[in-house]
Amino acid sequence: MARETAFNIVLSVLLVAAPVATSLLGEPFYVTLATRIAILALAAVGLNMALGLGGLVSFGHAAFFGLGGYVAGILAVHAFNMEPMFAGIPGTKLMPVIWLVAIVACALLAFVIGAISLRTSGVYFIMITLAFAQMAFYFAISWPAYGGEDGLSFFVRNNFPGIDTLRPLSFLAICYGLLGLSLVFFHRLQHSRFGSALQAARQNETRLAAVGIRPFHVRLAAFVISAAVTGVAGALFADLNRFVSPSMLSWQMSGELIVLIILGGVGRLYGPVAGATLYVLLEFALGGITERWQFFLGLILLGVVLFARGGVIGVFAGRPRHG
Amino acid sequence: MQATLFLEQLLNGLQFGFMLFLMAAGLTLIFGVMGLINLAHGSLYMIGAFACAAVAAATGSFWLGLMASLAAAAAAGALIEVVVIRRLYQRDHLDQVLATFALILILSEATRWLFGSLPLYLDIPPLLQGTVPLPGGSRYQLYRLALIGAGAAVAIGLYLLIARTRMGMRIRAGESDREMIAALGVDIRSLYTIVFALGAALAGFAGAMVGALQSVQIGMGEPVLILAFVVIVIGGIGSIRGALVGALLVGVVDTLGRFLLPALLSTFVSPSAAASTGAALASMLIYVVMALILAIRPQGLFPAGS
Repeated sequence: MARETAFNIVLSVLLVAAPVATSLLGEPFYVTLATRIAILALAAVGLNMALGLGGLVSFGHAAFFGLGGYVAGILAVHAFNMEPMFAGIPGTKLMPVIWLVAIVACALLAFVIGAISLRTSGVYFIMITLAFAQMAFYFAISWPAYGGEDGLSFFVRNNFPGIDTLRPLSFLAICYGLLGLSLVFFHRLQHSRFGSALQAARQNETRLAAVGIRPFHVRLAAFVISAAVTGVAGALFADLNRFVSPSMLSWQMSGELIVLIILGGVGRLYGPVAGATLYVLLEFALGGITERWQFFLGLILLGVVLFARGGVIGVFAGRPRHG
Repeated sequence: MQATLFLEQLLNGLQFGFMLFLMAAGLTLIFGVMGLINLAHGSLYMIGAFACAAVAAATGSFWLGLMASLAAAAAAGALIEVVVIRRLYQRDHLDQVLATFALILILSEATRWLFGSLPLYLDIPPLLQGTVPLPGGSRYQLYRLALIGAGAAVAIGLYLLIARTRMGMRIRAGESDREMIAALGVDIRSLYTIVFALGAALAGFAGAMVGALQSVQIGMGEPVLILAFVVIVIGGIGSIRGALVGALLVGVVDTLGRFLLPALLSTFVSPSAAASTGAALASMLIYVVMALILAIRPQGLFPAGS
């Protein structure tokens, strides 16, 4: 595992040093790129709790990503227009409050979706989570109150006490902070009793049931936690673009989150980070070279899945000791 | 008046359902026989539509275009199977999702390369233009009736192929025990290629037929793909009969929902609120139906192997 740790450290240092250096050189664009990486990585860390640890291939995490985004957008717009939402509750522009609301909203939604979806497994689980995300997608498109198909924009980024979020580097620092927290959380989760139970549910649920733990409950808890983390990322993504639209809820978004994890390495702590870094950089680099970047991105992804099993980290650090 | 409108919507729903069946039949066959989740199935639908539109524009004949769509989609399917898909059968679903997701990117961009970003248009062939009278005095598009007929014909043909021919026997055998059929001397690799090309041809056929009703454009396959997944999950993955029942159910429920829900709601709330809420609910309706069916029968309506 030592090589994987070294890889993780090098990647962390690069991710911090590169945007700071380019920002000092007067190229703030790269800070936005790094912010995008951090947010997508955070969303994928969330998904990795369900997918990597629990083996729950959710093809519907865009629902939580988008819900987090809409929470941020709706609260910000109500605060900006000074009009209360339902029942006289005011909107807010405070990020911590927004994150909290996003966590609660996503956890509730995930509880409902998970309680139904986790009755199925395998391909059926993939498809039913996809169906729930599509429900949310079409609901957002045809519900006119918050922009419908056109999405919802807000003009000023939300606030964080004591930090000027309009400075790109400060906002990046917030995103890195949350990403770091999520990684610590993932690590603790993985090595906790709950994490062992969750991984056991993936490996052999009959044995888990035999020692007196119900796999359904463990999986449901993991699904809810996973959704909450992805929801926070969605709120940050809305703040990055100052815009939310149904495309955050689209099935392509769900697919992209899965791609990030596989690209980095399934079930690895830094898999989502490595995957998001590679994906965003590829998108950017290929987009600069050719108009047909999607074609080449597709070829590279295909190459990774056919020839580099275990993702980027697998290439650098070898196979994990146990799956 | 209301009754004839209802009949018209019901026919629209059936037409939509039969087109979904063409997509879903291929998907469910590929999953049932090879155990593969193919996200790129929508791209084959798109390839069929583009081939039909391009050939019809060049030769002036829709029928030649239709032939071309079958040939192009089947050829693309066979090529993809031999080059990429074949390596994925032993992998888990996660790898299959990623690889076929990559194939979508590649095929969409390649199609844009060949045909440009502008949508193409495909005319309904002269033979099928015009309308036919419905009971109640209204008239219905002949072409849509022809689609229903074509879908039903394919359904019967597939049933005969699978239940009555040697080829179908091999496909069924491949579904239930692939080691055994390989041990009996059947060339399982080329069987897989044939099944994949057959599924691709069905998708291409659907794309070409629907292309005359809508515009032919990049990304046209993905919305249909998602619905086809809903269909096969409702029907039970691997079951052709399930795909047919699921497709007709989804087609009719979706079409009638869009028509009836706003009308139903307007008896409770104001017309404008009913229209917007009704539209929102209607587009969610089939996913609600799917969730309900899976909550009650987690393996779908016709679980494979039962």
